[in-house]
Amino acid sequence: MHPLRKQRLQLVILLVVAAALVVGLVVYMLRENGNYFYTPAQIISGEAPQNTFLRAGGMVVAGSILRSEDSLWVQFQVTDGIETLTIEHTGILPDLFAEGEAAIASGKVDENLVLQATQILAKHDEKYTPPEVADAMNEAYKRQQEGYSLEDAEGSLSQGAEGSLYQDAEGSLSQGAEGSK
Amino acid sequence: MTAEFGHVALIVALCLSVVQAIVPMVGSFAGYRTWMRLGHSLALGQLVFVAISFVCLTMAFLQDDFSLQYVANNSNTLLPTQFKISAVWGAHEGSLLLWALILALWSAAVALFSRHLPLELSSRVLSILGAISVGFGLFILLTSNPFARILPFSPTEGGDLNPLLQDFGLIVHPPMLYMGYVGFSVAFAFAVAALIGGQFDSAWARWARPWINSAWVFLTIGITLGSWWAYYELGWGGWWFWDPVENASLMPWLVGTALVHSIAVTEKRGAFRSWTLLLAILAFSLSLLGTFLVRSGVLTSVHAFANDPERGVFILAFLGIVVGSSLLLFALRGPTVQSQKGNGDVASYSGLSREMMLLLNNVLLVSSMAMILIGTLYPLIADVLDLGKISVGPPYFNFFFVPMTLGLMVAMGFAVFSRWKKTDAQLLRQKGMIPFLLSLSAALVLPLFLAESLSWESYSLIAVITLGASFWVVSMSIEDLWQKLSRSGFRWHNIGKLSASYWGMQCAHIGIAVCALGVGLSSVYDVQKDVRMVPGDRLTVAGYEFSFDRLDPVQGPNFVASRGQISAYKNERLVATLYPEKRNYKARNQVMTEAAIDPGLTRDLYVSLGEPLKGDAWAIRLHVKPFVRCIWLGGLMIGLGGLLSVLDKRYRRRRQPKTQAAETTLEVAAQ
Repeated sequence: MHPLRKQRLQLVILLVVAAALVVGLVVYMLRENGNYFYTPAQIISGEAPQNTFLRAGGMVVAGSILRSEDSLWVQFQVTDGIETLTIEHTGILPDLFAEGEAAIASGKVDENLVLQATQILAKHDEKYTPPEVADAMNEAYKRQQEGYSLEDAEGSLSQGAEGSLYQDAEGSLSQGAEGSK
Repeated sequence: MTAEFGHVALIVALCLSVVQAIVPMVGSFAGYRTWMRLGHSLALGQLVFVAISFVCLTMAFLQDDFSLQYVANNSNTLLPTQFKISAVWGAHEGSLLLWALILALWSAAVALFSRHLPLELSSRVLSILGAISVGFGLFILLTSNPFARILPFSPTEGGDLNPLLQDFGLIVHPPMLYMGYVGFSVAFAFAVAALIGGQFDSAWARWARPWINSAWVFLTIGITLGSWWAYYELGWGGWWFWDPVENASLMPWLVGTALVHSIAVTEKRGAFRSWTLLLAILAFSLSLLGTFLVRSGVLTSVHAFANDPERGVFILAFLGIVVGSSLLLFALRGPTVQSQKGNGDVASYSGLSREMMLLLNNVLLVSSMAMILIGTLYPLIADVLDLGKISVGPPYFNFFFVPMTLGLMVAMGFAVFSRWKKTDAQLLRQKGMIPFLLSLSAALVLPLFLAESLSWESYSLIAVITLGASFWVVSMSIEDLWQKLSRSGFRWHNIGKLSASYWGMQCAHIGIAVCALGVGLSSVYDVQKDVRMVPGDRLTVAGYEFSFDRLDPVQGPNFVASRGQISAYKNERLVATLYPEKRNYKARNQVMTEAAIDPGLTRDLYVSLGEPLKGDAWAIRLHVKPFVRCIWLGGLMIGLGGLLSVLDKRYRRRRQPKTQAAETTLEVAAQ
């Protein structure tokens, strides 16, 4: 082979190997550090992996916030309208954390299907609903609507109780859209 | 009526920009000089009308005109006056108007200060800037009109500005950042004009360089201010979160930094031509991408505010047109640009040379940008491909960004001594010896004194690396400066002989070292405690004893607050009394944490109130953050460095013959 060609070939091989290494590393790091979002329903049904770092969120259920007497431990529940997930956290909650508001937590799910959160994500605008939570709520709302048309009279009792919850969620969602117009 | 005036002025400005986009460009091809000159006056006219529009919106805020939807959503009669003014750009519509105003400012500046440029080039630059204004003008008027009325039932009271934004940071951060983002549109316009005209040589680089450098200075300062604002206003002591919105501002900065260096090579040596053009296009495209990410709300971000997806579609389409057409133009005309020989054979350089060092700088900067881009867009791509909802955490970004920055710093030390064309490896080894030993010993010894106790557990490897890299950059810079001052015996008046751009480079490089020092040391030695305290409690954090003295109710102009008093003692001596607040803004019923900080060059004491617990108890965050100030000090130094190089005398010379070799002080200094 011509020496110049050989040099070029070596350079090309080197570049290809380097590029492959970089791509591999990027993919690996993305997998290692990418946190998936799961809805409460997915976690309760066991679809979400345990002891893996993930994110979960929903609307904070009214009256579910429990505080410890002598430490910063806190427990609360979030719902996507289908299931409720219990989240435990030790630390300070963000300013815009409140009952009936959307919240996202990151942490690991333990064997009791409780999310042990290391961080509760803050939002910066009371009108803002994280898109993951909004999607999950919309999904649940749609399913529920379909459910009613099938069952009608039977579910009227639960409809009353749950309906108000969805309305809340819907209300704050449309509020978000309004605010941005 | 004010609002209608503003609206009409904006429409007039849009019409002017349409003419500005078409007439000078057509004129430049047809050779009509009057058509080409029209661009200059149109740019000024456009500035006048956008400014009128902006003033009208400001008036509406000052007069509490809540019949305007935008004012009603973002202001309140109780809002203090300075925040009423900054509320103009506090949300989407107004911030776009600010964007348009700044674009008009840059265009007018180009029109005013480009009289010495060939008319063909300046008219094309202005025409491209006009086309960009058309895009933004349409965007504002069609999707986000700040002058939309709520009639006939307009509210009597406004919804108030988001409390997070009621702060000095909002007054300075967005205008600075936008000056940077939009400033790259000038670099972009210069690049596209060069591609259209096919003229791209050292003279072009010298004309474009001050514009590129100034945009970069604004962006540097803007990001620094943003980080500082996040630090004190968000209340939790972080200063960078690898959040999509932050990444969106860092990416154009990284490419801008590469551009600032690569255009130096283009100016001095005529090399890296098409690369420089590509970087200019890329920098502006990334600025637009940033706008898209921020304004469309496609990504979950701690910065995300309520958004409207339709606007995202518009920006995405605009982005597609800008990137697509400019890259197409680049593909068609780039090869001709590269084959042009402006200054003879100066483009050749060998393996170890200043060109090579700057190439390394560019490769590292652009690769870091690419890694950040992948990490930022990956969640979006995964969502589209239905791979699940993912967010990419800080470890990913740190893993790539930190080593690349360290590599850059090592190269930076050598680069100062390297020469154009060819550098003797022996010379570099010889010059690097003393700084190497100095930084090695500093890196090994200093961590012993910085840690709380003398033990192996508290001896930090990260601190060693940070200190080593920072001392390396600083000592190499100082050695170079010392040599230049004492070429024929040390004389103080030699200081005046060095060019402003040389001082600029030194200042910016040392700024990087200072910033890195702050980042590294504050992350290693930062101590944070979240605790439950009742008034009277005392607690020791990192050698400081914090005492929670009491809690008082406070009445603000548009909020009520609980204000804590926390005293910090060191060795039984009072160091600082801090007053953190928990505010409740009435109009939005939004709770806000107002941290209290005792700043210092070597450490910040940072205290914030979490939330009230049962009884008198509060959740309180106590922070001792060593050297955190250095991060922003370094950022300001980098900006100052860029400013110095913009002010260099050689850019203020009037007309320069095209063939004149760029024989400047910096080059002299390099020998």
